[in-house]
Amino acid sequence: MTETAEHPIGIYLRIWVLLFVLSTFSYLVDWFQLQGYLRWSLILLFMLLKAGYIIAIFMHVSWERLSLKLLLFGPPVAILVLIALMSIEGEYTFATRGDYFAH
Amino acid sequence: MTTKTNESATYTEPGMPGVVSDWAADKQAFDMPWGKLMMWIFLLSDTFIFSIFLTSYMNVRISATAAWPNPGEVFALEVAGVHLPLLLIAIMTFILITSSGTMAMAVNFAYRNDKGKAVLFIVLTALFGASFVGMQAFEWTKLIVEEGIRPWGNPMGAAQFGSAFFMITGFHGMHVSAGVIYLLWVARRVGSGYYDGKSLEIVEIAGLYWHFVDLVWVFIFAFFYLW
Repeated sequence: MTETAEHPIGIYLRIWVLLFVLSTFSYLVDWFQLQGYLRWSLILLFMLLKAGYIIAIFMHVSWERLSLKLLLFGPPVAILVLIALMSIEGEYTFATRGDYFAH
Repeated sequence: MTTKTNESATYTEPGMPGVVSDWAADKQAFDMPWGKLMMWIFLLSDTFIFSIFLTSYMNVRISATAAWPNPGEVFALEVAGVHLPLLLIAIMTFILITSSGTMAMAVNFAYRNDKGKAVLFIVLTALFGASFVGMQAFEWTKLIVEEGIRPWGNPMGAAQFGSAFFMITGFHGMHVSAGVIYLLWVARRVGSGYYDGKSLEIVEIAGLYWHFVDLVWVFIFAFFYLW
């Protein structure tokens, strides 16, 4: 038995336009030279929205079974842990470089 | 809680009971074409690959003592005397999003059994992908030849910039190139009638790979070019 993606083509066109709009907003963050936390939070927001729509609609995941969703979103939690550890380590390396190599 | 039988093959109970019956099924877990499941598992592994590269880029950038080059400046282009930061990158982003759009349409046409339109949109997707790679190659050439960026140093700032840039965009570009070849191969097979009488799910499977490539670019664009 195969799963068929029988959705009206309209939904793909609407998401496509939405992705263009979100990409334009992402670009505007740089165009308007926003800085600091505002810049980073907007970059992350638009990135996550775009990624979310691509995964959910284009890759069809919204309509997939829960066991597949858990398979896809479970293991990447380990990646978040890695990111946390590596950012702590990076800050430490930066600090020790300042302590030992600065003139 | 019921164990699955062939008759209820495509139905799953909502929520955790459905997850339990999927995994407890006696014939196969995940009632899904094996090709599609394997593509998902491959994409899961590829997610880890790109995450490692982006995480190490983060680590190296945090710990670099020299200032990180401003990507807006490094990747700016001057068109008719107007200085436009990230112009080529914006165009590349739009091209890849468009290619995801054409791919979604190809999958839709494939499931309607419209072979002709499916092949057309697969080839269109491949052409967009090829143009993306061409633009990336142009970018690399400009950075290597004109700006003097090397994996071990550059005149603009932190020496690690080049290594992170070439590694991340190189792996991504390689995935796009492989995707273009894969798509053209699938288009040829669909067009030649190889899948006649069988399901055209291969188009959806190839589509998953292609959307993944676009997805990775969304992250690279945000973390490397904009941040």
